[in-house]
Amino acid sequence: MRRLSGSGVVVALVLLGGCQGVQSALDPAGDQAGGIAGLFWLFLGVLGAIYLLVLVLLVGALLGLRQRAATERRLTGLLTAWAGGTTIIILGLTAFSYGTDARITRLGDDAELTIEVTAKQFWWQVKYVEPQPSRSFETANEVYLPVGVPVRFILKSQDVIHSFWIPNLHGKTDLIPGRVNETSITARRAGVYRGQCAEFCGFQHAHMALDAVAVPAPEFEAWRESRLKPAPTPTPEDQLRSEGLQVFLTSPCVMCHTIRGTSASSRVGPDLTHVAGRRTIAAGALPYSRGNLGGWIVNPQSIKPGSQMPDIQLEPDQLQALLAYLDSLT
Amino acid sequence: MSSRCHDCVGVALALGLAVAMAALTASCEREERDTKAPPESQISVSSVALSPLQPGEASAPPGGSHRSIEENAFNLAQGKQLYTWFNCSGCHAHGGGDIGPALMDDQWLYGSEIENVYATIVQGRPNGMPSFRNRIPDQQVWQIAAYVRSMSGLTPATASPSRSDEMQNKPAEQSMPRQEPKDTHP
Repeated sequence: MRRLSGSGVVVALVLLGGCQGVQSALDPAGDQAGGIAGLFWLFLGVLGAIYLLVLVLLVGALLGLRQRAATERRLTGLLTAWAGGTTIIILGLTAFSYGTDARITRLGDDAELTIEVTAKQFWWQVKYVEPQPSRSFETANEVYLPVGVPVRFILKSQDVIHSFWIPNLHGKTDLIPGRVNETSITARRAGVYRGQCAEFCGFQHAHMALDAVAVPAPEFEAWRESRLKPAPTPTPEDQLRSEGLQVFLTSPCVMCHTIRGTSASSRVGPDLTHVAGRRTIAAGALPYSRGNLGGWIVNPQSIKPGSQMPDIQLEPDQLQALLAYLDSLT
Repeated sequence: MSSRCHDCVGVALALGLAVAMAALTASCEREERDTKAPPESQISVSSVALSPLQPGEASAPPGGSHRSIEENAFNLAQGKQLYTWFNCSGCHAHGGGDIGPALMDDQWLYGSEIENVYATIVQGRPNGMPSFRNRIPDQQVWQIAAYVRSMSGLTPATASPSRSDEMQNKPAEQSMPRQEPKDTHP
């Protein structure tokens, strides 16, 4: 018996271990996800207890433990109690569900920060919106959040329906073309969480991820100040990077990408002003490294077939110069 | 004897059904989406003729092999997206023309074949058309060129785009009546 209960504990621990992680609704790191996880455990507990009760009664009936003949009146009483209990439990759970929903919705009312996320096939355009335009800036496939600060998300889509989902922080909200949706996130625990498009959106839906990085407020302010700066122009002595910038401005890169501080200002693809400061490239398809970036530039259609980034033909010298320049954009 | 014949009829029926099913499912094959640049599509711009007139014996007219690009719905849809993204609409609007010439009519100053449109995009043209050489990858230029032809109904209706994201003030490319190019039939 002891061995049995021991292995039961081990199995339960292994199962619960699966709940931890960077992309898990059962490992909440924010108020909204906490409310939803609370609901989940409440429903699981109540309904699990009822399920066990039914099983016990069923086994009892099968084994014929109760030999007394039930009277008509007794049966009626039991059935009434059962139906009444079911009604009360369902209404109670419904009330909890509505209550949590209303509480979570109100959490965004006093948001101090607004982030506009536009979903595109197959990446996320992220804009930190401030009333003062010079304080606004754009990045891609990453959101930095200050811990403890309610953040409002404005959600848009350029092409098809996508869904914004960072399981550790909140439930899903769809991004619908021609419509503006809103949600809010209040992170409570610093860490890196993984967001993922949760509505099938085409060829590379699975490779449409988003890094959510929750950091303490002072660290967030430092990050924001660094992102507001335009890209530094390479000094004339730095020949390799100067050449890299020239390659960028005279190749297909310039048709789609912006680097603030240069004449590249197209808004089709991700803003690359601080590309080397991101954790991943191509919406989470690859971790950021100079080598991965090089592979992505010359052969994106093998890494992420169907993405809008075309294969770029560059001479090896040009590619090395371009990589040296892009890698300096931290 | 009669029961054996029964079997024959059953087997024959099953075989016939299987053949019919195979024939039907074969037609369900999806259109190929070639997301990588096909190397055979490379042509040198200098080989494109701007005029259909030639002294002596006429050589093969431009066209032929590259026509297959515009029989592919994916290519035309990509071309349509790129047409807006690369700001072709900034001068040509959505076909009606603005400071650039209209693209949905039957007038072609520099030829109506897909190779001509390709050359126009790559080389640029006097009085305003920029050269996009080394700025737009080859495959995308072909896609845009194919889409430009679809605007005046020159591409197969089965492949042309059927709707637009912006407000429509003209028929979709798919239902555009074919505007027979004037230049090729002087």
